Amino acid sequence: MRLTCPFCGSRGVEEFTYRGDATVRRPAGDAGAAAWVDYVYLRDNPAGPHQELWYHGAGCRSWLVVTRDTRTHLISDVRAARAVAQAEREEGAV
Amino acid sequence: MMDARMTSAPVAGAQPRRVAGGNGIDAGRTIRFTFDGRQYTGHPGDTLASALLAHGVRLAGRSFKYHRPRGILSAGPEEPNALVELRTGPRREPNTRATVAELYDGLSAASQNRWPSLAFDALGLNSLFSSVLGAGFYYKTFMWPAAFWEKLYEPMIRRAAGLGRAADEADPDQYEKATAFCDVLVVGSGPAGLAAALAAGRSGARVILCEEDSLTGGRLRAERRQLDGEPAWRWAEQARKALEALPEVRIMERTCVFGTYDGGTYGALERVADHQSQPAKGQPRQRLWRVVARQCVVAAGALERPIVFPGNDTPGVMLAGAVRTYLNRFGVAPGRRAVVYTCNDDGLRTALDLARAGVAVAAIVDSRPEGEGQGAQVAQACGVPFVPGGAVTAVQGRMAVSGVSVRDAQGREQRIACDLLAMSGGWSPNIALTTHQGMRPVYDETLCAFLPAALPPGMVVAGAAAGVFTTAEALRDGAQAGARAAQACGFAAEQPALPEAEPESCAIAPLFHALADVPSARWAKAFVDFQNDVTAKDVALAAREGFVSVEHLKRYTTLGMATDQGKTSNVNAIALLAEITQRPIGQTGTTLIRPPTQPVAIGALAGAHRGRHFKPARLTPTHQWAESQGAVFTANGLWQRAQWYPRPGEMDWLQTVNREVRTVRQAVGFCDVTTLGKIDIQGPDAAEFLERVYVNAWKKLPVGRARYGLMLREDGFAYDDGTTARLGETHYVMTTTTANAGGVMAHLEFCHQWLWPELDVQFISVTDEWAQIAVAGPQARNVLRHVVDPVFDLSNEAFPYMAAGEVTVCGGVQARLFRLSFSGELAYELAVPARYGDALARRLMEVGAPYGIAPYGTEALGVMRIEKGHPAGPELNGQTTAHDLGMGRMLSTRKDFIGRHMAQREALTDPARPTLVGLQPLNPADQVVAGAHLLPDGAAATAASDQGWVSSAAFSPTLGSWIGLGLLSNGPARHGEIVALHNPLAGTVVRARVVSPVFVDPEGARVHG
Repeated sequence: MRLTCPFCGSRGVEEFTYRGDATVRRPAGDAGAAAWVDYVYLRDNPAGPHQELWYHGAGCRSWLVVTRDTRTHLISDVRAARAVAQAEREEGAV
Repeated sequence: MMDARMTSAPVAGAQPRRVAGGNGIDAGRTIRFTFDGRQYTGHPGDTLASALLAHGVRLAGRSFKYHRPRGILSAGPEEPNALVELRTGPRREPNTRATVAELYDGLSAASQNRWPSLAFDALGLNSLFSSVLGAGFYYKTFMWPAAFWEKLYEPMIRRAAGLGRAADEADPDQYEKATAFCDVLVVGSGPAGLAAALAAGRSGARVILCEEDSLTGGRLRAERRQLDGEPAWRWAEQARKALEALPEVRIMERTCVFGTYDGGTYGALERVADHQSQPAKGQPRQRLWRVVARQCVVAAGALERPIVFPGNDTPGVMLAGAVRTYLNRFGVAPGRRAVVYTCNDDGLRTALDLARAGVAVAAIVDSRPEGEGQGAQVAQACGVPFVPGGAVTAVQGRMAVSGVSVRDAQGREQRIACDLLAMSGGWSPNIALTTHQGMRPVYDETLCAFLPAALPPGMVVAGAAAGVFTTAEALRDGAQAGARAAQACGFAAEQPALPEAEPESCAIAPLFHALADVPSARWAKAFVDFQNDVTAKDVALAAREGFVSVEHLKRYTTLGMATDQGKTSNVNAIALLAEITQRPIGQTGTTLIRPPTQPVAIGALAGAHRGRHFKPARLTPTHQWAESQGAVFTANGLWQRAQWYPRPGEMDWLQTVNREVRTVRQAVGFCDVTTLGKIDIQGPDAAEFLERVYVNAWKKLPVGRARYGLMLREDGFAYDDGTTARLGETHYVMTTTTANAGGVMAHLEFCHQWLWPELDVQFISVTDEWAQIAVAGPQARNVLRHVVDPVFDLSNEAFPYMAAGEVTVCGGVQARLFRLSFSGELAYELAVPARYGDALARRLMEVGAPYGIAPYGTEALGVMRIEKGHPAGPELNGQTTAHDLGMGRMLSTRKDFIGRHMAQREALTDPARPTLVGLQPLNPADQVVAGAHLLPDGAAATAASDQGWVSSAAFSPTLGSWIGLGLLSNGPARHGEIVALHNPLAGTVVRARVVSPVFVDPEGARVHG
């Protein structure tokens, strides 16, 4: 399997480590216990395209948001996590 | 030794079955080999199988379960029978297929799974008990009594039903791994593969052509066929030369593409030196390739199916295509009088090739009714009796075929004397690589074959692998596929000019077995899977017992397992099951083939990563110096660290460690602490960032000061700790534990990039850049005054406890000095660029000598941290909270930080949770053992009374007593209480008093000295 890092190009999967679901968001401090339990413990397990976080630890050390089809392992999108997070901040601010 | 034996013994020079015209051998040269100790000869280009057949050797092995005599069935990697042990001593390789083992001078091979000899095998008796060894016998026969399984049945089965023996010594050869990139990967070099490679290669695309065989050409070498009026194998050689001349084409022979993986990645095994007596100096035996290809043309050809009938496993019953391979490529006639049994026109060609080579053909048996197919014409052309609508119903001969019983369309049986039966049930496309990603093939009724349906992205299938069986069509199909693959990579590819092929017919009528009128008792001798001894009777039995799914059939009967993975058996088994369960083959299904398509040695998968190269070793900058001091090392993750420094006269390690601890507590010692993770943190938001990752406050930490920090995980449990120093307004350097150095780095990056991208801060790991040495003890300052340049004031007032700053040492070398103490003594950590670490250690020894300095290792470091009650790995075990570690009050309530919210959960702040305490045995000589359970004094040793555990233990030379740290329920409230330390492994109980975890200098006066 290979991932195309937005900074380093196509690289072997052994350069990356997997973290998990990229669709969960860290709740606000006052969000309450249920929101925190959701964030820390609960994950969906979809069959199909799934956004997940990978770390290019043996490369540029970027965290990446990878869209992978869990049925075929087809990678349809790789973006820098920081860019994704920043874009979300800006959207939220509007 | 072997060579001497070979020259002294007489050599059978004659190869009685050798015939002229083998296109793949060098008949001008003769080489020698042994099989089961006997001397034989062969030619370069032979396989072990072809050379044995040239000598008329029929018996090659014994079957797995019934120990039936078995011969050579095939001429390729699908071989289920002729498995041998190759080579001797540490290079002995079991279960090698004689049909792919290339002959070299001096090769030594032995048959396996027989005792005492191949011809007389005592366990051949298993055949007599075949009625109890049928499908699922493991599950049925050996069920009871249970104790017998381990002691009797399993060892017995393992001895009786085995394959070869692995070498007893370590493999002396080397294995490599490599990665290759290309635009178009072509798998297979038959007509389709060569045409594909030519089409793609001529476009300028980077092409890798992998051929598992030693020669390119595939079936072009096996068939007596013409292209452009020349022998087809000559065209294959010309095509190979043309490809060689293309700069972007790489031809890899002896390289089997064994697996399709995600994202256009393929696994391939190159047998670099398997065809030599041993690898040349520096040469690997095998090389494991990862091929990254934008497009892949699978032109892997097809595998011929045997026909299922009683006695079809007798030596001398061979696949028809294999007979032609031996005749045409190797110049070997596998028999003197043959019967050809086929259901298709391709099989008929065998009779023509045999007749031409001078082998008597006794009969052609064609399962198709009269008038169907070309049987009559072929029989007439060779002048051979023809049996249309016929079947082979029995085989005479036990160790080798002596004749066959043939039933004609009218039901009349006759016996025909022969020593070779060439059978063809048609060809199954070799589609393994197309199914590795979970794509299921579909059954084609016309071709009687499973064909690939959906394909992984970037893959096309061409030639026989796609069910395109004639040479002319395979060439065209391959050229088209190659051109399309190159075009998909952006190259302007054209189809190459293709040679003219003769017309040929591959017409087929389905035939998987000849059991229609055979009594079911004789189904027990009709083999479906030769390698696993699965018969038609076993398949029927499995179906009767409800194992009607192909997956269940496989697991119940072991069909399709072991080295050949059912290459010759799967389709016949499915067809038989379909018939028994009265379903079409297409609806009966097929098992998905998993990688590898052929056996891959574990050695090749391991590559260079074995022995001490299994994982890298990280050495500290003072490693060589420590070695010169006689240090004993210990592994700390990947790091090698000095554990202690024995001195002459010290009786054991404890004596050494006690001396090292006393030296630090009374004079001065030093220890390499480079392995602690060091992360340089810079940016205007660095302080804000630290506030969010640590539980405690950071904004008020002044420049030139360090602070202890604790990190939690988001679930509220403790993650890591260390000190972070502020070197400038926006510049910090963080230390982490040795174990979590990499993890904390990734964690910081995660927090910054994903959680708080708005923060302006950057990180870099500098663990390897700085050698860091702890200098500890009452004399530490005095020693450092000789090292740190005099312009820097080291007085307690100028550089107090927790001070940090940049200094120079030894006359101008840049350094960082931190006044930190893990030992509880007056102590510093001095960091110098890594290349000066060794020199610093030597300088400390020199200038510290008058003060009684000594190096200390990780063991003394551990004793002193236990004496001071500092939590380390055993306490930060992922199950403890800040509260458990006695650091609950560090959690700031004025800011957000990782883990804050979950740490507030009721259960995590319950005072009844096991909490850090010190443990001092009532008898100082009673050893405290980490892992012991903490029980109320006098309580029974039951889980119900378990109240915690001992996490760390040491002998404290300072206290003259064993001591421990533990996690005890309600710990802080129980100081003074006596508890029992129960060690169920040793069966000991030690009574100990619960005390403060800080055993030495609880006021902390010494660190401030």
